Amino acid sequence: MFESRDIISITDLSREEIEAVIKKSDEMNETLQKGENLNIMKGRIMTTLFFEPSTRTRLSFSSAMQRLGGTVIDLGEIKASSIVKGESLADTIRMVERYSDLIVVRHPKDGSSRFVAEISKKPVINGGDGTNQHPTQTLVDLFSIKKFKGTVENLNVTMLGDLKHARVIKSLAYGLALFKANLTLVSPAGLELEKEIVAELKDKFGIKIIQTNDVYTGVRNADVLYVTRIQKERFSDPYEAEKMQKSYKITPEMLEQSRDDMIVMHALPRVDEIDYRLDGTKAAKYFEEASFGVPVRMAIISMVVQ
Amino acid sequence: MTDKELLVRKIENGTVIDHIIAGRGLKVAEILGLSEQSSETMALLMNVSSQKLNKKDIVKIENRELTQGEIDKISLVAPYATINIIRNSEVVEKKKVKIPEVIEKILRCPNSNCITNENEPIKTKFSIQKEPLRLKCWYCERNFEIEEFKI
Repeated sequence: MFESRDIISITDLSREEIEAVIKKSDEMNETLQKGENLNIMKGRIMTTLFFEPSTRTRLSFSSAMQRLGGTVIDLGEIKASSIVKGESLADTIRMVERYSDLIVVRHPKDGSSRFVAEISKKPVINGGDGTNQHPTQTLVDLFSIKKFKGTVENLNVTMLGDLKHARVIKSLAYGLALFKANLTLVSPAGLELEKEIVAELKDKFGIKIIQTNDVYTGVRNADVLYVTRIQKERFSDPYEAEKMQKSYKITPEMLEQSRDDMIVMHALPRVDEIDYRLDGTKAAKYFEEASFGVPVRMAIISMVVQ
Repeated sequence: MTDKELLVRKIENGTVIDHIIAGRGLKVAEILGLSEQSSETMALLMNVSSQKLNKKDIVKIENRELTQGEIDKISLVAPYATINIIRNSEVVEKKKVKIPEVIEKILRCPNSNCITNENEPIKTKFSIQKEPLRLKCWYCERNFEIEEFKI
């Protein structure tokens, strides 16, 4: 289904294809649980090119490739590469594609991964392009929701935070729309999801969307509360970002108004938007969600690399 | 229409762009990008009475026939326009503009953070939704209204 294909945007995938990834991820998860080794990527090399900071995406991709028996080479710090000499992204890719069988790229410019995929003859996976897309995080999120709630279909999902800049939100909104989720979008004023995306989700997928600035409205009827941080690196004014960061925080007291089985998810890193006291509660699923990064990325790699 | 009605003489060779929505003629003229160095002459007629559009603008440009890229750009600001190619004072070809499904290379992405605005070997590409008119960048996936572009 995915052989030699690039994974650039969740909008490129059909519901059937996403379900296939979820199924494969489940198999990979079971393999990991049993402590079994897979050698299906033996002799294969994956390059990770991260032009922006990353902890979970980079490490879980590396872990996934090594769990599959493959090896990983990494660009390392940008300042130690020829990028600082002015080498273009295109030339960097023309070289890297000759060194490996798969490229994972994260870059601050919107659309950069699509461009990389056009340059490279080897498959490319988008590890996040600017404020645009983060498709593998969405696959991790959808797999997690399926695991925690038993289904993704028709759930009430509230997305809270910096919906304007967070690429995980844009990706996930499209992913959830394929499963007919009802979305409640809660953000500080000025950080709403782009109106064109909201219109497209409604028109193309026919899903219900509520937009509000009130956190309680979002918490009250949600099956899933998906929280995101203020993306301060996308703000020109750091003071404004800091002010926004303090404008919302999920606390255990707030959850008293939620459904008993509501779960809280977060792509991490967390800053101030989830109270640490929430960590031990049954609602808090974000660390488990992060752990699923490995089996889901094992599934993706195994489906993409021939 | 006669010369007398239009107050501008007929051209011998060149292109007449008719049925431009009133007020958009200047935008069409901008697309054609005449400068002081250009040898062509251009006439812009505004608010001409029209049965079809009630009011319309007309652009006449002498000694020039348009490229498909220019016609595609014009279609985005003047979707009802007709292109009349004139040779030896005769209309030798008359066609309606058609908004393309995809427009490549000729528009710059309004998103300053889009990879197409970087110094990379890359050409812009937009898919076009006709009603309402929206252009979606193939790379950054953002949707834009035509007014957001510098044409």
